Parts: sequence; C-alpha cells; structure tokens
Amino acid sequence: MKQAVEINHLAYEYPSPEGELSIQVFRDLSLTIAKGSFVAVLGRNGCGKSTLAKHLNAICLPSGGTVYVFGRCTGNEEELMEIRRTVGMVFQNPDNQIVANVVEEDVAFAPENLGVESSEIRRRVDDALKKVGMYDYRTHAPHLLSGGQKQRVAIAGVIAMLPECIVLDEPTAMLDPQGRREVMEIIAKLNAERDITVVLITHHMEEAAMADRVIILDRGQVAADGTPREVFSQVEKLHELGLAPPETVELCWAMNETGANLPLDALSCEECAEVLAKWLAT
Amino acid sequence: MTPVLEVIDLSHIYSVGTPFQHAAIEHMTFSVQRGELIGIIGHTGSGKSTLMQHLNGLLKPTSGKVLLNGVDIWKDKATTRSARFKVGLVFQYPEYQLFEETVYKDIAFGPTNMGLSKQEIDRRVRQAAQFVGVPEAHLEKSPFDLSGGQKRRVAIAGVIAMEPEVLILDEPTAGLDPEGRAGILKNIEAYRKAKNATILMVSHAMEDVARMADRLLVLDHSRIRMDAEPSEVFRHAWELEQIGLSIPQVTRVFLRLREMGISIDSSVYTVEQAVRELQRVKGGKHQC
Amino acid sequence: MLKDITLGQYFPGNTPVHRMDPRTKLILLVVYIVALFVAKGVIAYALVAAFLITAVALSKIKPKALFKGLKPILIIVILTAVLNLFYAQGERVIFRIWKLTATWEGLETAVYMILRIVMLISGTFLLTYTTSPIALTDGLESLLSPLKKIKVPVHEIAMMMCIALRFIPTLIEETDKIMSAQKARGADFESGNIFQRAKALIPILVPLFISAFRRADELATAMECRCYQGGDGRTKMKVLSYARRDLVTLALGLLLLAAVITLKALGL
Repeated sequence: MKQAVEINHLAYEYPSPEGELSIQVFRDLSLTIAKGSFVAVLGRNGCGKSTLAKHLNAICLPSGGTVYVFGRCTGNEEELMEIRRTVGMVFQNPDNQIVANVVEEDVAFAPENLGVESSEIRRRVDDALKKVGMYDYRTHAPHLLSGGQKQRVAIAGVIAMLPECIVLDEPTAMLDPQGRREVMEIIAKLNAERDITVVLITHHMEEAAMADRVIILDRGQVAADGTPREVFSQVEKLHELGLAPPETVELCWAMNETGANLPLDALSCEECAEVLAKWLAT
Repeated sequence: MTPVLEVIDLSHIYSVGTPFQHAAIEHMTFSVQRGELIGIIGHTGSGKSTLMQHLNGLLKPTSGKVLLNGVDIWKDKATTRSARFKVGLVFQYPEYQLFEETVYKDIAFGPTNMGLSKQEIDRRVRQAAQFVGVPEAHLEKSPFDLSGGQKRRVAIAGVIAMEPEVLILDEPTAGLDPEGRAGILKNIEAYRKAKNATILMVSHAMEDVARMADRLLVLDHSRIRMDAEPSEVFRHAWELEQIGLSIPQVTRVFLRLREMGISIDSSVYTVEQAVRELQRVKGGKHQC
Repeated sequence: MLKDITLGQYFPGNTPVHRMDPRTKLILLVVYIVALFVAKGVIAYALVAAFLITAVALSKIKPKALFKGLKPILIIVILTAVLNLFYAQGERVIFRIWKLTATWEGLETAVYMILRIVMLISGTFLLTYTTSPIALTDGLESLLSPLKKIKVPVHEIAMMMCIALRFIPTLIEETDKIMSAQKARGADFESGNIFQRAKALIPILVPLFISAFRRADELATAMECRCYQGGDGRTKMKVLSYARRDLVTLALGLLLLAAVITLKALGL
C-alpha cells in the first residue's frame, strides 16, 4: 500500500433545505496522494478545497464514488475511529478547535477519547508539546496565547493521536507573519522527520512552494497538478484560475513580457536572484 | 493647510496601577494631510489597534492629544461624539458585526445614528453600496445569506455611508482569497479617487499596503519606527525583517542581488518597479 | 472594560491543599458547610473556625484574597445583620430608635450570622482558589458518576462545564470587539431609558449569538475529528486517586462534624 489517499470518481452535493437546489461540489473527482508526501491544495474560495479535506476523515461522506485513506474506505462505519485517528485535521480558526482551558488537557483530549492508558497519554502529550515547541506553556490557558501559539497547540492535539496524515485547512489564514512562519516550520518538520503525509490547503503561494506537490482545484475539478515548479510556471493559467503565482515567478514572467527569456521556475528569492544576475551579466 | 488629523505625543497605558500595567503606545506624533493614503504597519502587539481606536475617540489617551481639523477630539462630549462619525473605523473581520435583517438596514445603521433625514440616509446607503460593489439587488437580502467576501463589502459600506472625513481600515483583506483581496483593494482605491478621501490602512502585510500608500508608518514596540514614503521605507527593508515584518518577495530578491555585488536600487516593492529597475541597470551596462 | 472581569479565580500552587484530590475537597466542603449550619455556641464556632484557618494557612492563600471575594455580598451581610439585631426576640435592651429595639440577644444572633456567612463564603472560595476548574469538573463528574445508573448524563454535563469555562474569556473578548465596532458606527449604549438601552443591545447580541453558534458548530466538527464519541470508553490523562492524606483529612472533617453535633446535643 503506497497511497495515503485514493479518491475514485468522487461525487458530492451539499444536502440542502427542501425546495432549493442542492449544490454540487464534486461531479467526478479522482485523485491519489502518496504516503509521506507534502501536498498543497490551492484554488479560489468555493472551489471545493475544504469539502475535499472533510472527505479525508469521513466528516463528509461521498454521494457517489469512494474515498480510501490508508486502505480504509471512509464509508465503513466500523473503521470510523481508526480513520479519524489516522487522518488528523487542523482548521483555520484556532480558537474554535481548542476544547479545554489548559493547554496540556487540550492536547490530551484525542488520546483520552481513544481510550489510551493514562501514563501513555502523559508521554504522548509531553512529546507532542515538545515537537511544536509549546512544552513550556503546558499549564497555560489557551485564550492567553497568540494566534500562532494556539495553532501550534491545535497541531499538538492532532500529533497526540499518532496520525499518519495531517490535513490542514488554511491553518495560517488568521495569523500574522510571525505566527505563519512558526506554523509552517512545524508542518515541514513533521513531514520530514516523522514521515507524516501532509495535505495543506492554503491561499499563500509561498507556503504552497514548500510542498512537493501542488494541486489546484477549480469548480470541483483538478485544474493543475504537479511539482510547485511545474504548476507555478504556468503564469497565464494561474491568472485564469484567480490565483497569483509567487512574486518571484511573476517578476520573471513580467521580464519575459518585455523581451527577456527567463526560466519561470525560480521559487525562492535566492534562485530568482541567480537568474536575474545571469540575465544582467549577458 | 491644517492637517485633517494630528497626533501629538500620544501615549496609552493599559491597566494602570495593576501588575498587568503596560504601555500599548508611547509618545507617538504624526499628522495626516487631507487626501493622503497612509499605511500603518506593525506586527501583532506593536500598538496598531490601540492607536486606531484613539483616532475616533473610542479610547482616551493616557497622555497626549488627537486633533481633528485642529480641534482636540476630547475637548467636550459633543466633539468626541462627532469624532466618531468624522473618523470612520472598519475593524478586522468587520462582517462579524452585521446584525440587521437586510443589507440596506445594516448599511443604514451608522447614518441613522447620526440622525439624518430619510432621503439623505437612502442616498448614502445606495452610494456606499455602489462604492464597495454591492449590487442593488443585494440590498433587500439578509446579510447572512451572502458570501464571506460580500459580507465584508457590506460591513465596509456601513462605515463609508457615514461619509467620514477619514476612513481607517484594519486588515481589510484578511482571510480573503487573492481575487477577493484584489477586489476590495480596487474598491478602496476607487472610493478614494471619487471622494478625495483620507484613508489609513492598518496591516501587517506589506505588499498590498505599500503599493497603494503615499506614506508608511512603521510601528514597533509601541513606538513609531519609521514615517516616510514607501520607497524610503523599503530602503531599510532589512530592518523591516528584523522587527518581524514580512517584506515583499521582489524586495528580498533585490536585496539578494545587492549581496551578490550588483549595484541595484533595492527599495523596490512591486513587480513593475522591479522590471523598470532591472532594465535601467541592464541598459546602463550596455552603454559602458 | 469587560476584559478586567476575572473568572475562574484559580491561584496555582503546590501546597497540601492544592495537591489534595478534588473529590476530597468537594466532600470536605459539604461536611464543613453542614458543620457550620449545625454549630451552636462559642466552642462549636471556634472549632469550625480553627478548621478553616488551618486550611487557609496550609494553602498559603492570602486572607486578603478571600476577603476580596466577600465584597460583592457585603451589603447583604450587613443588611441581614442589622435585621437580626433589631428583630431577634430578647429582653436585654441595648438601645431604642423610634420603634426599633436592639437587644443583646439580637446582637449575638447578628454576630453569629455574620460569622456564618463569612466562613461559608471563605470556605467555598478556598476550594475554587486552590482547585483548577478542570480538576473541579473531573471531581464532580467522578463523585456524581453513580447517577449515571439512573440515566443522568453526568459526563455530558461535565463536558459542557469544561467547554463553557474554556469559551467564557473568548466570548467576553468578542463582546468587547463588537461593542467597539458598533460604537464606531455611532451606537450609544449609555443614554436613554431602559427600553432604549435594551434596544441598543441588539447590535451586540445578534452578532454575538451568530458568532457563538458558528463557534459551536466548528468546535463540534473539531471534536468529531479528534475522535470524540461521548463518555463511553474514554480514559483520562490525570487519573484521580485518593492518597493517605485524603483519608486523614476526610476523617478530620468527619470528626469536626461529630464534635459539633455532640456539642449541640449537650447544649453547650
């Protein structure tokens, strides 16, 4: 089993109040995500990103087609808890996912639900808090933490389930640059060190550039799929999809419009500077 | 000409006399000319929100003064109240304050509180809706049936409808997708042009604000760290990074080019400026 | 402003009182209150007071903090005392004003009344000052667990308390924000008659409720994502366990109650 996620011909429509048309989010979406990979999902608001995320841990169930995570079908109710344990979820608003009024009690919430033995919970909680750098805050009240710190606690709460995959739905949308950096560092570290599959939904191109695969959704369909370099170099297509490529790519593209002939795959500022320096030298 | 807004040696200290006492802003002095668009930039906790709430009299200074058209807004009760209407404040995530049954009524809330006539309120509501791109057809809808971006527009219209002399927006694009962000910024730009409005935009995101602003105020640790035109501020891009602000990628690319020994002006902050500067440097080279 | 209201006045510490099992503390509080109400006479009151003072001393909570908690009810205490002073039946008159007569018996009842209320409140505050809200909820859940047999949703109630404690500060902050925002649109909460003021609250309450519902909805999803499925099969990170210390203090508490009852029976 090499795939973390296998989506076959997924169809989904929102249940709607009577008499109104239901909203079809997906008609026929097929997609696989390899184990241990770091995938960024982009797309304008309403393209189905969040709904897709909710399919990965059986919060939403397909109205047609199937979703398998780590070989388990999300429609199988007997395996529901195991699916939710395997695929952890972090949401946009950190305030609305912290349950307890002490940091460590919140991190313990999921393992407690899973019936883990208490000494093991303690061990997991301490480990998870150290991983996100919040161990020193373990007895603090969550509402006194900064946005970035809260989001790190939320991530620790998911790590304590020992998941194999973490799905993050715009985890940095409400954070300032400092908090954003903290959270992104942890996500990258989890993917690299613990071999956890990461699915990151985001609006920030710089964050997506950190992934090893970028998927763009548009009206419930995959509109682009590939490495960040492959996807972001298609500047016109990105504009069409209502997205802005990273500024480094935008700059090279704008230079090409004026007659230069630069490659469009420079994602980091260093790379971009290299490219421009070379062009200036010719 | 008297500046529309003057802040003189303003300080604000929270929880005076308790162990939690701390200064949120210290000795800030600056002034705003009519028609200017100023970006106020600083990270969380730099004093941005506290400063903002002083400008329309929501908070009272611990020391120092805020002058509106040369008059201290704390001179007397009536002046303070009128400052509320003359300086319009759009808070972060303003869509969370919507409460009326219809979009129309919600936008009319401010003007109604001002005690205006029915016709005047109607004119203002329709005009404000137009400025922020809320179609007429939406006016009779419930604000809660709109999309996130539309709700935000309605909330901004609610403040614009008071026709304030100074409009202050706190993170007007937070949490929106790139399209939504661009849309709102375009509306603000259009409003500014049509009304020759004075606008203060508070943000921790450099990119959007720098592009539009005539001047930037950079706050750090409760004080004003820089007060200058964007190009001047970005001459100190490295310093901005030091105080925890994110600078545009193009600026970072140019800083890197300088590090590589290329003599280039690294105070650029938009792609257009970057292209121009690159061509200038390249052209200069060919000549010699 | 609203932010200054302190809730869940828990003072973290590491004293024997802090370390005691929350269930012991809850039971002890009940025993203490019963003793307080049974107590009659100087000796009985002195015993109960000694018990309280020892506990306060051990907890290292400053008496000043306890008295601070009494402030809001000060008026009620004084009023009750004054009423008792004048209305108690008695012969030995201290003084008369108009139709009111203060008697020595009345004074005695008044003093006991004040002592009782002060000691009752101090005891309760001592519990909340030395026990974290979470430990308190856990303790209550555990003590009430026999009620599960008669279908009382004990776990759910405890969970609700816990979530309420978690979200009170968040909602207070939110109220503050919404108020500022509406004030910026010229809303006036300070003037007008009672009806106008009530109406002025609508622009605060509607957004607050909408936001609370949105939060509840998101929280429910987040809890589901973290495998929450009610109290069945749930374990705890911090398991409550009685230590010898708990048994000794419980025994002491029962001894106090017995002594107070004996004193009353003997009519001392």
